Amino acid sequence: MFYRENGQFKTSYKADQQVFPILQDKIGVWLLIAAAFIVVPMFAGDYFYQAILIPLTIMCLAALGVNILVGYCGQISLGSGAFMAVGAYGAFNFMVRIPGMPLVLALILGGLCATFFGILFGLPSLRVKGLYLAVATLAAQFFSDWMFLRIKWFTNDSPSGSVSVSHLNFFGIPIESAMSEYLFCLAVLVVIAILAKNLVRGAIGREWMAIRDMDVAASVIGIRPMYAKLSAFAVSSFIIGVAGALWAFVHLGAWEPAAFSVDVSFKLLFMVIIGGMGSIMGSFFGAAFIVVLPIVLSLVLPAIAGAFGFQISTAGISHAEFIIFGALIVWFLIVEPHGLAKLWSIGKQKMRVWPFPH
Amino acid sequence: MKFTRLALAATLVAASAGFAGSAFAQEQFIPLLSYRTGAYAPNGIPWANGKQDYLKLVNERDGGINGVKLAFEECETGYATDRGVECYERLKSKPFVAAIDPQATGITFALTEKAPVDKIPLITLGYGLSIAKDGNAFQWNFPFMGSYWTGADILIQHIGKKAGGLDKLKGKKIALIYHDSPFGKEPIPVLQERAKMHGFELQLLPVTAPGVEQKATWLQLRQSRPDYALLWGWGVMNSTALKEAQATGFPRDKLYGVWWAGAEPDVRDVGEGAKGYQALALNGFGQNTKVAQDVLKYVHEKKAGSGPRDEVGSVLYTRGMIISMLTVEAIRTAQEKFGKGKPMTGEQVRWGYENLNLTEARLKELGFDQVMRPLKTSCSDHMGSTWARIHSWDGKNWNMGSDWYQSDDKVIEPLIKEHADKYLADKKIARRTDCK
Repeated sequence: MFYRENGQFKTSYKADQQVFPILQDKIGVWLLIAAAFIVVPMFAGDYFYQAILIPLTIMCLAALGVNILVGYCGQISLGSGAFMAVGAYGAFNFMVRIPGMPLVLALILGGLCATFFGILFGLPSLRVKGLYLAVATLAAQFFSDWMFLRIKWFTNDSPSGSVSVSHLNFFGIPIESAMSEYLFCLAVLVVIAILAKNLVRGAIGREWMAIRDMDVAASVIGIRPMYAKLSAFAVSSFIIGVAGALWAFVHLGAWEPAAFSVDVSFKLLFMVIIGGMGSIMGSFFGAAFIVVLPIVLSLVLPAIAGAFGFQISTAGISHAEFIIFGALIVWFLIVEPHGLAKLWSIGKQKMRVWPFPH
Repeated sequence: MKFTRLALAATLVAASAGFAGSAFAQEQFIPLLSYRTGAYAPNGIPWANGKQDYLKLVNERDGGINGVKLAFEECETGYATDRGVECYERLKSKPFVAAIDPQATGITFALTEKAPVDKIPLITLGYGLSIAKDGNAFQWNFPFMGSYWTGADILIQHIGKKAGGLDKLKGKKIALIYHDSPFGKEPIPVLQERAKMHGFELQLLPVTAPGVEQKATWLQLRQSRPDYALLWGWGVMNSTALKEAQATGFPRDKLYGVWWAGAEPDVRDVGEGAKGYQALALNGFGQNTKVAQDVLKYVHEKKAGSGPRDEVGSVLYTRGMIISMLTVEAIRTAQEKFGKGKPMTGEQVRWGYENLNLTEARLKELGFDQVMRPLKTSCSDHMGSTWARIHSWDGKNWNMGSDWYQSDDKVIEPLIKEHADKYLADKKIARRTDCK
């Protein structure tokens, strides 16, 4: 009823190859992007930007990168935190060592550093897969922890090993207010998300999916596993690297290697699993779930406890948060193992047949 | 008719909300960042309780500061930088934020960039950025009572004194067992400087955070047999190190901890095994001090204490109380200049921090006379004092040594100048000029 596609005929190849072939989807996505760029800045306050929107947009980007590798190409990775760190420290070094380095170029170069690092640690994927690969990529995590703690050159000889950047600007426009930071991250996210969406629809995305579904069959029909796997590692770590640089530059401002610890890798993997493997949309859902839920719980739990006349301690909130969070993850995985993206598509299907479900 | 009634109701609601808002605005808000979960919780909990209980005490006993009640809210960071940033953003939006104690070195680094923008002072007592002593360069950071650099300097002075003079350190080997993070790496420049001065060899032994796994480190220590070892640990790392020292037979009386490795949670589980272990003491402690007695009387008797009764007066709990006391005194000082009975803004509190003068008499009044030595700040000296003692563990209790040490300005000041200048140049910030 609300969501009907009958009557929308595709009469040309161009029409058939649209990213969003259904008119409602197209309008919906444009409205969403417009809202994110125009409506949100009209209402959001400083806290909303700094604590929710900025981390959320950056984590969406990182989850998108992980989803390309894990969801589309089926190469399970636990090294995502390391790729973020390489992106962050790479961009930092370009910023401090080359005077007048523009921010966008530094981000791209940081992403390229992560790409090389990703390809290097993607090489084991040519021989091992599944759980074994996950453990092999864990090496990337430990290696990056070691590298950024020990090799002083990477931290510009900072005595404590903590580095920071400031005075960010985008072609002369300073990125200092919370709103400009958010808009900058959002712009990066939108550009990369559109590119990624097109990439996974194209030949290379199909190769990745073929490798994911059955690599022997894929190589029989002429897909080169080496090329497909390494390109997935490259693209994914580029995106994760850019996200890492944004996380360090925009969100934290000053950081140490612990900011990209193995916890971050696990979080990113959870985002992809909960959001939905092999779905661009799922990356956004997953990131929102992991980033926003703990904050919402820590704000809502004291209020709920207060309504019943209890007073809940800080430690109590924190423990309750862990319990509820863990329970929700388990519940989601049992009820909907294909992630939130699947729920979304079920919702769309229900809208399609409403009010006469069959 | 209906519309007017509705409008009347709306006005009433708005008016009462406005009234509530103005009543709330008369309070001074103190955000409390803390961690009660995670690997550092055993040390984080008494610290957080001390901070909170002192604020409760001021409200209960004195009715606030010149009538201004203190409001506070706690936010759990789990020692993670990104959670800390979220907490900061959440709490800074309240009216009349006095100051923030991030309670973690990593969070301090991240907030050092943000505090000048929001005009909120950062109080980092005994931790944080060592170069932040230089108030001309770091206008919003206050590493009161000492930094890792002064701590490292004092430890070397003490070891030298025990050895019979600093010149006796020549040819000796001193190992630094440190938490591999900015927190643990901070003392290295000072130790290197001292090693050059006295001709001892410095051996650096990092331990990966959180520090539960130290076997490799102690194997190395066993091989190289240093004459002394410094322990720069936090949380679970300290007790693990002491157990390893026991297992490898490293003499505990040659092991010296920083003030974050010298509290009850660090040694309690090791007990007799840690006998002879010494650590820096930034502050005195015990339940006999007047302030601890006041907390017991005004807060714990009324069942409003934040933690167990026994914990009152422990080392980290007392340190928490000192942090809150310094903030309260800064607000009081600021009120004397900017108007009594009014809550202060972050900028005014910063002025208060820069003009603290806690004399012996004043400390006695406050009940802190057995806890710390006088402290006086200025706009170029954000540390106030560098006094510290060494205390030792006898298997059951910490025993305070009687010698007071101060860090050597000849060693520390040039380093501060050098590193602060580099920081300012990197950031393209000019030095402050309004300091006399």
